Amino acid sequence: MNSLLKNKTNLTERIFEKIFAFSSYISILTTTLIIYILFTESYTFFSNIPITDFLFGTHWEPLLEPKSFGVLPLLFGTLMIVIGSAFICIPMGLIIAIYLSQYASKKTRRIIKPILEILAGIPTVVYGYFALTFITPILRTFIPSTEIFNAASGAIVVGIMILPMVASLCDDALRSVPKSLKEGGFALGTTSFEVIRGILVPSAFSGIMASFVLAISRAFGETMAVTLAAGATPRFTVNPLESIQTMTAYIVQVSLGDTPQGGIEYQTIFAVAALLFIVTLIMNLISNFIMNKYREVYD
Amino acid sequence: MINKQLDKRQKIDRIFKTAANIVTWSSLVILAILLYHVSITGINMLSFEFLDNFPSRFPHKAGIKSALHGSVWMLVLVTIISVPIGVSSAIYLEEYGKKNRLTKFIEINIANLAGVPSIVYGILGLTMFVRFMQFDRSVLAGSFTMSLLILPVIIISSREAIRAVPNNIRLGAYAVGATKFQTIRHHVLPIATPGILTGVILSMSRAIGETAPLIMIGALTYVAFVPESVMDPFTTLPIQIFNWASRPQAAFHEVAAAGIIILLIVLLFMNALAIFFRNYANKKYDFN
Repeated sequence: MNSLLKNKTNLTERIFEKIFAFSSYISILTTTLIIYILFTESYTFFSNIPITDFLFGTHWEPLLEPKSFGVLPLLFGTLMIVIGSAFICIPMGLIIAIYLSQYASKKTRRIIKPILEILAGIPTVVYGYFALTFITPILRTFIPSTEIFNAASGAIVVGIMILPMVASLCDDALRSVPKSLKEGGFALGTTSFEVIRGILVPSAFSGIMASFVLAISRAFGETMAVTLAAGATPRFTVNPLESIQTMTAYIVQVSLGDTPQGGIEYQTIFAVAALLFIVTLIMNLISNFIMNKYREVYD
Repeated sequence: MINKQLDKRQKIDRIFKTAANIVTWSSLVILAILLYHVSITGINMLSFEFLDNFPSRFPHKAGIKSALHGSVWMLVLVTIISVPIGVSSAIYLEEYGKKNRLTKFIEINIANLAGVPSIVYGILGLTMFVRFMQFDRSVLAGSFTMSLLILPVIIISSREAIRAVPNNIRLGAYAVGATKFQTIRHHVLPIATPGILTGVILSMSRAIGETAPLIMIGALTYVAFVPESVMDPFTTLPIQIFNWASRPQAAFHEVAAAGIIILLIVLLFMNALAIFFRNYANKKYDFN
């Protein structure tokens, strides 16, 4: 073979392998940059504000005098959305998955699956609009004391929004349970419900749990729907009908306003975002860990 | 005795089945209510002028011209930036990557990036592209930010498409003396293309609907001109919708609803395209 041609081919090979490899390192670079930016800016913030004041303070008033930087009201607001949406998306998602994998005919599957895909594809700002102009008025007709911006309405739409993800991941988990287990159950004369409760759900438990953790992580980071629907009043409350503010909504509020760059008010968004990043990262890692573990069981 | 027990057990089963049936179909009801509510509110505002007017202080004069142009600019730039990088890294991870710690680390890293809240990408874009690289609040800064956001999705779906190419295709190419890159270039990629396209289109529809990261990098909400270069300020459809929806006047809510109708039509079209490519891929390359 012509050695010149061979060399040229080898060169192309090597160049392209390098290009491909470099592209895949970009994702590592992205993570590194996110961590670097969040932590250097937060570091400046925490050299002015003690980290204990931030984590355990119960007043969040960074834009008005007297300033106080306790993140708990924002965290509490976020948790209200997370818990409220979990009450909707976790039971509904699991039940839909069970219905799709156990009871539904092929035709039903063919209708429901695309509908879930469409629900998952609707932008979050649309859900925010829906909460503000449809769900809140309904809440207000039934409970007139409901504020225009309230946690309940935000939690409901976030729940609807995450529902398709839970349903689809639980469906995958349920379908990965070997058929023999299920048929063993039926052979003992059990009803469908008993097979689901006694065999399917326990066997797919880790996959189902992983989807729940992922759902909670998504609700934590959800931004536009809660910004539109849940309000901008950081406060400690357990009343879902009052206006609250989530961590994400606070970040949006600051970036919409004309807060001067470099000031302590501005650095708060990095501190809040760092907290948000750490919480979601931990939950994603847990979910990943559970998911990988359960894959090993049935492969 | 046994019969009584059995009756009870079967009754529980029937009740559960009915309940699950109702819950499942309620997802259809939710979707229907949402679409109906938006259409009823926004349909009166829809007109040709709505597409061709700039945003305005007066609801009946407001339009989405700058938002539409901004969205298209961003979509094109995001495609140019993210698709080559995403497909390349998918190729690397599927075809070259050895089963070692580094590859494993990259995989976990990508899975986690897919779960990072979009607003955090906004902060990354603001610090990195707007300030450090001094792209300012331009289409280019927005597109880079959005590209990083959807990159994990593109990589994950492209990997699936590449993995679906049967191994005998590769072995066949090697057998006639093709090099690794030639095999990928002439055999693996062409077969994987419809699958990759499906993933790309779906991630683009995510990019079109994202709002938070663009608000972070400061995409303007009032833009009365069309961007003419990548360094121009811009606004997009979802940002414009957010702006209108967050105003207290009901008339602006109608304008927002009209904007949502347009956004949903665009998304529906893109989804239909993705489904078309998926079916095409399934039909043309049925290896089973």
